[in-house]
Parts: sequence; C-alpha cells; structure tokens
Amino acid sequence: MTTPVKIAWKAVTKRFGDRTVLDGLSLDAHEGQSLVIIGGSGTGKSVMLKTALGLIAPDTGLVEIDGQRVRPGDPSDPGLDQIGMLFQSGALFDSLTVWENVAFKLLKAHKMKRAEARERAIEALKQVDLEADVAGRAPRELSGGMLKRAALARAIVTKPAILFFDEPTTGLDPVTADVINRLIVRQVKSLGATAVTITHDMASMRMIADEVAMIEHGKIRWRGGLNGINDCADPAVCAFVQGRSVDDAPNP
Amino acid sequence: MTLFNPVRALGGGVLSLLQSMGAITIFAGSALRAIVGPFFAGQFVQQLVRIGFLSLPVVGLTALFTGAALALNIYVGGARFNAESFVPNIVALGIVRELGPVIAALMLAGRVSSGIAAEIGAMRATEQIDALHTLTIDPMRYLVVPRVLAGVVVMPLLVLVADVIGIFGGFLVGITTLEFDPTVYVRNSADILERWDVVSGLIKAAVFGFLLTLMGCYHGYHAQGGAQGVGRAATHAVVSAAMLIFAANFILTSIFV
Repeated sequence: MTTPVKIAWKAVTKRFGDRTVLDGLSLDAHEGQSLVIIGGSGTGKSVMLKTALGLIAPDTGLVEIDGQRVRPGDPSDPGLDQIGMLFQSGALFDSLTVWENVAFKLLKAHKMKRAEARERAIEALKQVDLEADVAGRAPRELSGGMLKRAALARAIVTKPAILFFDEPTTGLDPVTADVINRLIVRQVKSLGATAVTITHDMASMRMIADEVAMIEHGKIRWRGGLNGINDCADPAVCAFVQGRSVDDAPNP
Repeated sequence: MTLFNPVRALGGGVLSLLQSMGAITIFAGSALRAIVGPFFAGQFVQQLVRIGFLSLPVVGLTALFTGAALALNIYVGGARFNAESFVPNIVALGIVRELGPVIAALMLAGRVSSGIAAEIGAMRATEQIDALHTLTIDPMRYLVVPRVLAGVVVMPLLVLVADVIGIFGGFLVGITTLEFDPTVYVRNSADILERWDVVSGLIKAAVFGFLLTLMGCYHGYHAQGGAQGVGRAATHAVVSAAMLIFAANFILTSIFV
C-alpha cells in the first residue's frame, strides 16, 4: 500500500537567462519514503531541491508539501517548519558554537530557553555519535566528518517530518562517508521521515534509497527501485551508475 | 557603427546605474519592512559594539589629525586677510557641520561597510544564508536589520566623539603652534556653535550610518562567485558607500543651510 504524497514537484520549469535548468519537471515523494535523486553535474538537482525549500521560485509550475503550495522567499511558510536540511558544505554558522548551531532553530524560532535548548542539542549530537565535549567548540575546530555530523544534528534536532540531504558525502573519505550514510539511514528510520537526497555517490545511493530518480536535461529520465538500476533498466542510468559514458552502455 | 559604440556604452552604463539604484531601493524597502516583526536584540547589541565601540580608535585618531590640519590651513588662509583670530570659530564650525560627520562616515565605510559585505558575502558563499531560511529565520531580520539599525544609532554617537576630538586637535595646534590663549580658543569655539550646527551634523551622521551599513549588507547579500565574489562585494560596498555619503552630504547640506 502506498503512503500519501508528501512532496510534489508539478511541471516545474526554471530558467537562468537563456539556460533552462528545470524543464517541466514532475516528481513526488511519498510519506516515509527515502527518495534519492541522481544525475550529472548541472542537470538541476540542487535547483530542484531549492524550489522545495522556497529558496528559488519556479518560473512555471509549483511545488507542494502536504498539498500546500510552497511560498518562495517566505521563511514563515508552514511547510518549512517540518523540514530539516543538510547542506553540502554543512553551512554551520561560524560565529556560533556547535551546540548553538544545532539549537539555532529552537533558540531563535521556537524561543526555547538556552539551558533546555542546549540539552536538546547535546542529545541530538549524541544521536549522530558526537560526544558532548564537541558542543562548546567552534565549527572551524571540527574535521569534515564531524562537521557533517553536527550539521546532521541540526537537521534532526526538531524531529522534522521531511529531511533533505544535498550531497551528504561529498568531500569525505570512504570510511567517513559510510558513517554518514549509516547515520542518515538510522535517523530517517527513527524519525519515520520522508527523505530526499541528492548525490553522486553510488554507494550512498544504494545504502539510503527506497527509490531512485535520475534527472537529465531538467526532466526526470527514469524512476524506479534499486532493482531497476541493478538490472540496467535504462542504458543512461546504467552508464551513470557504473561511471561510464552513455555510448558504452549496454543495451537493456 | 563604431561611432555609435560610445553612445551604446554610455546608455548601457546609465541603464546599469538605474538598475542598481532600483535594486538598492527595493533592498532598502525590504530592510525597512523587516524592522516590523521579531527583533534579534543580541545581534543588534553585537553590532553596536562592532560598528560603534570598535570604531572609536580609528574615528578618534582621524578626527584629531583632521582638526589639527584644519587649524593650520585656516591660520594660513586667515593670515591673508588678517583673520587669524577666527581659527577656533571656523575649526569648530567646519568640524561639527561638515568634517566630523563626513570623515567619520568615510572611515566607517572603509572599516564597517567592507567588513559587513565580506561577512555576509562569505555567509552567502557557504550557504549560511540559505540555512537561515530553512531554519525559518528571515535573513533580512537576522542579518540586515540589526546592522542597519546599529549603524543609524551609533553613527551620531561616533560623530559626537569625532566632533569633540576634532575640535581638540585644532585646540592643540592652536595653543602650541599658533600661540592662541587656551581660554580664548575654547570660548571662541563654544560661542560660535549653535544647537542647530550640532543637530544637523548628527542628522547627517544617522543618514550616513544608514547608507554605509545598507551598502555593506546589500553587496554582501548579493555576492556571487566564491572568494573572488566576496572580495568584489567588499570593494563595491566601500566605493558605493563613499559615493552615496558624498551625494547625501551635498543634498543634506543644501537643505540645512
């Protein structure tokens, strides 16, 4: 039985100058599903994610969360309140300590008392296997893997119903990337959240995905389960996953 | 065809200027609208310290040397009309009405506008501004409003300090090099000043504070292209703040005289 649609991109088009990045793209993610979006560089994956976050306004079409249209440029959009986002760079605030970063939304948006927010932040840090002594450090004092984990703690601290991951393992060594992948799987499962992940990392995709969508030329080229990828259901998807140019791809 | 290229270049330049002015006006409007609503007092206090308190040394030293040099120049010019005795009066008026606000604002354009543009620009480049949005915090409220308000509040205070130190610079030169009697110098300086001279200087200061912080925020907010973009944003912030300060100074002086 399929669960209700949580996030839906409906015929979204976005152009930058004369370059069409999203070309009538339609896709949906169901409640509790972990959807991974793959595709080459510059195919519009990040732009697609940013339209759902209200960071970029589509030229035509719309994005809906729980059937409600996302309001671009409006941080008070109720849809945003149920989203946790892990940015590619981590995007932790330099001027704050790690725990203040993790508790940022609790402190500034939910107006929680500092002591209580600190407790919640340390709890979230423990959930991503970071010790409490990291809490008082500045983000610049953390390694790449610790930074990603702290950013993941910030994404999950409010127990969101939706989690977005933008290239979560980029720039990490394979072992640390594996740790991050496992943490993502664990957190998505424990929260029962709908997750949308953008990645080039095929190991990450295989570990995280319930379903995979491949974007090409601003449209969804293929969508299916991991079995479809293993069976080379589409030569372009097969070539991408195997890291070969499409001309070398075997016929389905 | 070549004949028309300069015209095209001029037209392009004018259009680009108008486009920038429009964008800055819209940005200023958004910042003013964002004042209504949640207020981040901690950010505001932090900016008061950064923009105000930490700028005291640079503003004070600049004002001291400007007042001293002004006294020497007025003495040289005044001597040509046997008007050397007007040095204290003209130094006080010049500092309070014109040089105090303008010099302090230009120093802050260099120190504060560039700093704000670099900081916000780096936040843009590292997705921290996008992160604020996803954390349901309006970046205009969290980043821009506290800086612009702090600029408006703190600039008049800095200019008051600059006025006092600038006049003191003139006083030091007056009594050590130009052989003025200290009591006469102080009395002449105080006698010439009217309340409006001080108030008009402080109004200018508040306007300059608004402009120089707004330029820092605007250029930082719209920074593009990584480290190079951040550098460009800082440069544009200083140049545009300085230009706007001179233009606003002329307009305000025309209104106040």
